[in-house]
Amino acid sequence: MSRQGGRGTESKKMNSELFTLTYGALVTQLCKDYENDDDVNKQLDKMGYNIGVRLIEDFLARSNVGRCHDFRETADVIAKIAFKMYLGITPSITNWSPGGDEFSLILENNPLVDFVELPDNHSTLIYSNLLCGVLRGALEMVQMAVDVKFVQDTLKGDSVTEIRMKFIRRIEDNLPAGEE
Amino acid sequence: MALNELHASAVPINELHPSTLVQYCQRRVASVAELQARLAQLGQHVGLRALDALVARERPGRRETKVLGVLLFVKGPLWRALFGREADKLEQANDDERTFYVIEREPLVNTFVSVPRENSSLNCAAFAAGLLEAVLGAAGFPARVSAHWHKGTTLMIKFDEAVIARDKSLEGR
Repeated sequence: MSRQGGRGTESKKMNSELFTLTYGALVTQLCKDYENDDDVNKQLDKMGYNIGVRLIEDFLARSNVGRCHDFRETADVIAKIAFKMYLGITPSITNWSPGGDEFSLILENNPLVDFVELPDNHSTLIYSNLLCGVLRGALEMVQMAVDVKFVQDTLKGDSVTEIRMKFIRRIEDNLPAGEE
Repeated sequence: MALNELHASAVPINELHPSTLVQYCQRRVASVAELQARLAQLGQHVGLRALDALVARERPGRRETKVLGVLLFVKGPLWRALFGREADKLEQANDDERTFYVIEREPLVNTFVSVPRENSSLNCAAFAAGLLEAVLGAAGFPARVSAHWHKGTTLMIKFDEAVIARDKSLEGR
């Protein structure tokens, strides 16, 4: 399997477009299968969760990061390493709560939504909700229960996409609550 | 470093489509045939939209007009875009001038699907088949594409009669 240097960025772009298109096909299918946006949002979250619980292993293996000591470190790893590795973007971290248990990820651009427009009849659809599930699932596997949600979305007219992450508690048992 | 980045951006699509799409579709269908049809439909959705960008990048200013040309495009640039490398083999059926096979010796599933289900490589191929069918149709070479097991994971392309007839008439020029 050989790749020439020049082709590198082209294949990467193509892969990223295929990824965006495949995600779009998935969301479109979900919208056809479920009657309302709320159910689609829940499905996306669930699917994301299932991806997240597996993705964490791949992430830990490839990134070689050690255990995070606090939520701030976790935030850094998520934004600077994980997002970069899987989506090729580095969101910025802002809006820390005074207690240090909540922060926001600001995404200037979101590869999932390239070329996407939300039609009027799907105004409550959280298109990229898969991401919330992924983050939740992955962190659960490293003993952190978190709440993840979109508070701003460029698809809905906001200037940036903002994901709010809140630390709920440390998970003591190792019982995986599989949703399969 | 470049290789790492390429690998990294390949991860989400490989993580996403064989496993997630397949699992999702599996829960809503009654048979393997229906599953493959669903996956093919999703593939078509993607293929239709992916073609223009791919052609613009790989064959700028030129449109394939001959069957051989479009097949080489499939074996090379399209396969590279989908799977990171060219297809292993391109064959024509012995007994049928309308039918071609794109063959991949390794199953079209990557290492991220942790539990290899029996049908999983065919399922991913069903998605690719739908994608390829949409691409060929949109490129002006309407065909039926299906996924099979024949010397590896194989996509069987059966072009419409008109396509072959047109190709023959172009041969003279």
